[in-house]
Amino acid sequence: MSKKVIMTEEDIKRTLARIAHEIIERNELLKELILVGVHTRGVPLAKRLAADIENFSGVKTPVDTLDISLYRDDLSSLDLKPVVKLTDITATVDGKSIVLVDDVLYTGRSIRAAMDALIDLGRPKSIQLAVLVDRGHRELPIRADYVGKNIPSSRHEEIKVNLKETDGIDEVAIVSMSTAKEGQ
Amino acid sequence: MRTKQKDNPTLQLKPEVSAKTAVWRHHHVLDVDDFTSEEIETVFNTTRAMKEVLSRPIKRVPTLRGKTMVNLFYEPSTRTRLSFELAAKYLSADVVNLNASVSSVAKGESLVDTLGTLQALGADIIVMRHPHSGAPYIAARYTEARIVNAGDGWHAHPTQALLDLYTIHEHKHKPSLKGLKTVIIGDIMHSRVARSNMWGLTTMGIEVTLCCPPTLLPIGLGPMGLGNKQLPPVNIEPNIELALDKADIVMTLRLQRERQKSGLLPSIREYIQLYQLTEARLARAKPDALVLHPGPVNEGIEISPAVAHGKQSVINEQVSNGVAVRMALLYLLSGSQKQ
Repeated sequence: MSKKVIMTEEDIKRTLARIAHEIIERNELLKELILVGVHTRGVPLAKRLAADIENFSGVKTPVDTLDISLYRDDLSSLDLKPVVKLTDITATVDGKSIVLVDDVLYTGRSIRAAMDALIDLGRPKSIQLAVLVDRGHRELPIRADYVGKNIPSSRHEEIKVNLKETDGIDEVAIVSMSTAKEGQ
Repeated sequence: MRTKQKDNPTLQLKPEVSAKTAVWRHHHVLDVDDFTSEEIETVFNTTRAMKEVLSRPIKRVPTLRGKTMVNLFYEPSTRTRLSFELAAKYLSADVVNLNASVSSVAKGESLVDTLGTLQALGADIIVMRHPHSGAPYIAARYTEARIVNAGDGWHAHPTQALLDLYTIHEHKHKPSLKGLKTVIIGDIMHSRVARSNMWGLTTMGIEVTLCCPPTLLPIGLGPMGLGNKQLPPVNIEPNIELALDKADIVMTLRLQRERQKSGLLPSIREYIQLYQLTEARLARAKPDALVLHPGPVNEGIEISPAVAHGKQSVINEQVSNGVAVRMALLYLLSGSQKQ
């Protein structure tokens, strides 16, 4: 029942820089690109990626935010409602290449919801997915285009992504359930 | 420390209160007297997100797909019923309107029987307006569906109070709602809007002054609830000029002429003379004071046309915020589990 740190601040920084390079490599028309952070931790990750992309290529990519609460498939079975955060897509998504950014890819249901939410806003040219951690256990046919780190995990474990912007510290850790509860 | 919960099916079985889940513990919305300020903040934040949905070219999200909302109205209403209907449709719920005057209610069916029928037909949320105070509380006891009070007698109109509060919040939350001064002018006695607003405003730390002819003031209200914790603490100032002095928010109420036959007012003309909100009177309030009215407006009676359509009036904003606030409430109520 212990917490094991998988990625340190330095690891996260290096990984995001690598993903930024990969995004530049795979998208010839960087000007047509929009990074969309999925609330909550996808938003600071998208901002960091945009800063890296600007550093490496000189192109400033817009960062928008997306909330998926209204698109979840488990709403009627949840007693406590998720907080609905603001979706802020400033420009049209029509014809744009979108890179969705989230912290952990797990069942794939959040990403399904995120894609539905995006498509309600218009018709993007393409949607790609960047995640800091892929922990497996997919329940839908979804895969990420850019993966920071593959962390094979058991369903009884929990992947905690902490970011300075939201949690005060940069760290990815793997925790077993009982410890996770004490942590709250 | 926060944890990654949203994709973890095991954790969802035992949701814990965290930054991810909204502060909200209501199974029904019957009045705002049992709302905490945190819950009202939850309504504000959710409403803000709903306004973004309303700003889209295609105003529809799949949130309440497969849910059925019934509008059960025992009293006439245009804007409240329409507002609920649109709110539910924008969230992809199915909506049925039941007007009591043309239904089996007219044949003598009791409220409890009607609710039983609606439940058997699969209603998930029942929005109810009733001429008797307390009727939605009875309804909540006799059905599994969620009840939203859309106005009961003289008692409460919680969704109107929350949309009024949200409209105030949008304009005045910086730096803070605390300490703002509100004046409610008009027929307080017969006004469920005023009653719910007194609760909502005082919960958010806003000062409330009631201004009306003494015959239209309900018994028992006063500063500190006159020692009765069952009542919200309000000030009373029957003189409109004094009441409006340095006010931040001015709420006018509709003079319910259908309820003025009992001689509580000598005449409508006298009421206009003493209590109409005119430009000259409004000038005593702060220059950026907001003017609210729950509608429908009797222009030239409780409010002069110049004020109703003036720069300080937010009456139209109230109507459009009403849809977003009701979307937020329907979303927050849409869970499956019993209280």
